Amino acid sequence: MTAVYKHRLFWPIVSLLTLIAINAIARPQFITITMRDGELYGALITILRDSAPLMLVALGMTIVIATRGIDLSVGAIMAVSGAVALTIIDGSGDPDALATVLIAVLVAVLVALILGMWNGFLVTVLGIQPIVATLVLMLAGRGAALLITGGKITTVNSAPFKWMSSGYMVALPVAFFIAVAAIIVIGVIERRTALGVLTEAVGINPEASRLAGVRSRGIIWGAYMVSGALAGVAGLIYASRTSAADANNAGVFIELYAILAVVLGGTSLNGGKFSIAGTVVGVFIIQTLDSTVLFLGIPSAQSPVFFGFVVAVVVVLQSPRMRSGLANLSGRLRPRGAGVQDREKAEVA
Amino acid sequence: MNADTEVPPIVEMRGITIRFPGVLALDDVDFTLRPGEVHSLMGENGAGKSTLIKALTGVYGIDSGSISIAGERQTFSTASDAQDAGISTVYQEVNLCTNLTVGENIMLGHEPRRGTGIDWRATHAEAARHLASLGLELDTRSMLAHHSIAIQQLVAISRAMVLDAKVLILDEPTSSLDRGEVEQLFGIMRDLRDKGVAILFVSHFLDQVYEISDRITVLRNGALVGEYPVAELPRDALVTKMIGRELADLAAIASSSHRDIDRSGTPVVKATGLGRRGVLEPADLEVYEGEVVGIAGLLGSGRTELVRLLYGADRADEGTVEVHGEHVRLHQPRHAIDHRISLSSENRREEGVVADLTVAENIVLGMQARQGWLRKIPKKDQDAVVQEYIDALGVRPANPHALVGNLSGGNQQKVLLARWLATAPELLVLDEPTRGIDVGAKADIQRKVAELSAQGLAVIFISSELEEVLRMAQRVVVLRDRKKIGELEASTTDLDGLIDYIANAGEGSAA
Ligand SMILES: Nc1ncnc2c1ncn2[C@@H]1O[C@H](COP(=O)(O)OP(=O)(O)OP(=O)(O)O)[C@@H](O)[C@H]1O
Ligand SMILES: [Mg+2]
Repeated sequence: MTAVYKHRLFWPIVSLLTLIAINAIARPQFITITMRDGELYGALITILRDSAPLMLVALGMTIVIATRGIDLSVGAIMAVSGAVALTIIDGSGDPDALATVLIAVLVAVLVALILGMWNGFLVTVLGIQPIVATLVLMLAGRGAALLITGGKITTVNSAPFKWMSSGYMVALPVAFFIAVAAIIVIGVIERRTALGVLTEAVGINPEASRLAGVRSRGIIWGAYMVSGALAGVAGLIYASRTSAADANNAGVFIELYAILAVVLGGTSLNGGKFSIAGTVVGVFIIQTLDSTVLFLGIPSAQSPVFFGFVVAVVVVLQSPRMRSGLANLSGRLRPRGAGVQDREKAEVA
Repeated sequence: MNADTEVPPIVEMRGITIRFPGVLALDDVDFTLRPGEVHSLMGENGAGKSTLIKALTGVYGIDSGSISIAGERQTFSTASDAQDAGISTVYQEVNLCTNLTVGENIMLGHEPRRGTGIDWRATHAEAARHLASLGLELDTRSMLAHHSIAIQQLVAISRAMVLDAKVLILDEPTSSLDRGEVEQLFGIMRDLRDKGVAILFVSHFLDQVYEISDRITVLRNGALVGEYPVAELPRDALVTKMIGRELADLAAIASSSHRDIDRSGTPVVKATGLGRRGVLEPADLEVYEGEVVGIAGLLGSGRTELVRLLYGADRADEGTVEVHGEHVRLHQPRHAIDHRISLSSENRREEGVVADLTVAENIVLGMQARQGWLRKIPKKDQDAVVQEYIDALGVRPANPHALVGNLSGGNQQKVLLARWLATAPELLVLDEPTRGIDVGAKADIQRKVAELSAQGLAVIFISSELEEVLRMAQRVVVLRDRKKIGELEASTTDLDGLIDYIANAGEGSAA
């Protein structure tokens, strides 16, 4: 029974369920799901659908953070990817043709991958600190996106493109399936191959890993490429939702929410051990919170305050200090090693 | 000595019990430390020595038992409380800030002040004075990270001296030190002892323990075996109490390694003029199949530097390396690994184990890195390899899923060795492989290496313990001041000969 309590996902899941419960009590229709024309609707379904971009970005962020890095450029990459796709669709003769949309999607993701490669180059080859290296694109990326669209907000009317964000498959939103596919692909690549454990080794002790013969450069570089590509897909879903390439608003602050999701899911910003499942739960916590803000009708000026408050509560509840405090309540006391505590302090900070 | 039972104890620990998940680390242990004595805490790897120390200094909370300092019951909740109460500790895994300077590390928290700021000049002067008392001349403004593990250990000891302590705890302070430094340290310890400081000492070197201690407490498997005045506990009795059996025959290892090596063919690895400016003058080194080449020299003589250049851990700026007669470029450790060369680093914590991974993951890491990430070693094969080495090297606890960071120091070293043995190398480079390993396991590891070399493995063996080098090696390469000064045949040299050679050889011709 203590095993469940100590599981690393215990607190994230408790937080999520509590949030859902509070919502359900405040507004019972929160948990009602209705079927219309073979498609499911309801607040929970909306959460599944709308969380897709953050889910994709947070997955990439998890891998980057595991290598001791961080990727601040994901929001800007989203903007570039949307701009590329919409410019291609807009410039083609037939925006409704599936082939056009496919080409646009592929090119956009490829560009995002190349941007991720650029980040990886700065970090691994030039040895620039990740936060600085990705800051470059974070600042320059939106400008580049505006250049691509010629300074205006490109809008298109393309049914296949729109389908990405608002379409349905077997009663559930397409965007949700994209997110699930990404979770499965990342999960399988990390855990069915040795990539996951090698990534953790590099994140925990880079020098020991290098001496053990691990190709740390390739692993770190790859992490930034994955993060870039996933941000590219996220950018497409975002652009599809509005059918517009809005370089100034696409993915604004998403890097911060992604980092928060990773941390809420129990992955340490110090790198090393990471949890894909934890990040998934973290994303749902954030998305549920987002919809709570809407639900409660909190004025948009105050909503960041509310958001910040709830996040603070969740983070404090999950902090190691608090957890060991709760563990003490349940009967046992054991201060941890000094080194461990220092690390944990750093995590909270 | 003056450590008779009449003096009231400064530290009294009674019935100490500490349990970690799945491990009873200490089971109802009593320990008494008196002013003016050097008290050695002995036991195998994982016996609970470091845990007992951490219980005393408040790093770990105790599950039951009591601790009194100078007759008063105390429970420290953090290590700095213990410091304030006059207990100064050098922990086994040197815990300094490698990104600060040497001087800052020594004086951290005790810097002389001037006005509202720190008087840096005085800080560094005082740090230099503390180092000098250990016979060490260092630029106190240099980064700690740039110094070897041994120097870092000495810096940690100097730091402990800064506090005016009533109790000084030294957990394996000498594991990387040479004779000279050990003598300096012992000089200081005797001074402090005569001034009434109580000293708790941990070491796996029996010679040192018998030289410095007044009293010995033995732990086995987390339980107290007993406390003895050193005069009443002969060595073999101590070893039997520690490991619960007789020690393996070291003479047998020595005789098995003193065989003739066929050096007519092509060496497994041959380095010619390998060097790097400011690090090592160009040196030649060759190792033949089945040969153990020892590398000896004082601290800072370039032992570690030589093998790091060979392994590609640092880039050599001159010289060539041949593997089985073919020229190769080893610019990265993984190039060396591709040519079946493995190196076990002396710096286990920073360059060796991956603390937050499990024992199994650490052991498999080397093999997996060579295979590449795509071809994951099947679970079944992993388990088999891991189990084989846990058994062969006696890793305790024998739990493949334990986090390596939670293992005792000696057991972490065994895991590191297991990683390299598991890669099935043709040349195995061992830099201080028995650092922090208990007498029983040390003999086991030496036997294992001797056995593998008899089967054809080429080995480079570095150790500050010259007896060990002479026992294992057929040939000893001697370095001094970052330069190779010569080679000796182990069969024609004895310990005194080697010590003399390290100190004096080549002096005459140089003059
Ligand atoms: N933080 C921890 N979590 C879990 N187990 C631990 C922890 N610290 C120590 N142990 C376990 O407690 C036991 C005693 O370890 P300890 O470090 O005290 O041994 P030691 O006598 O100092 O050995 P060595 O000579 O190798 O340094 C070992 O089995 C170790 O694995
Ligand atoms: Mg220890």
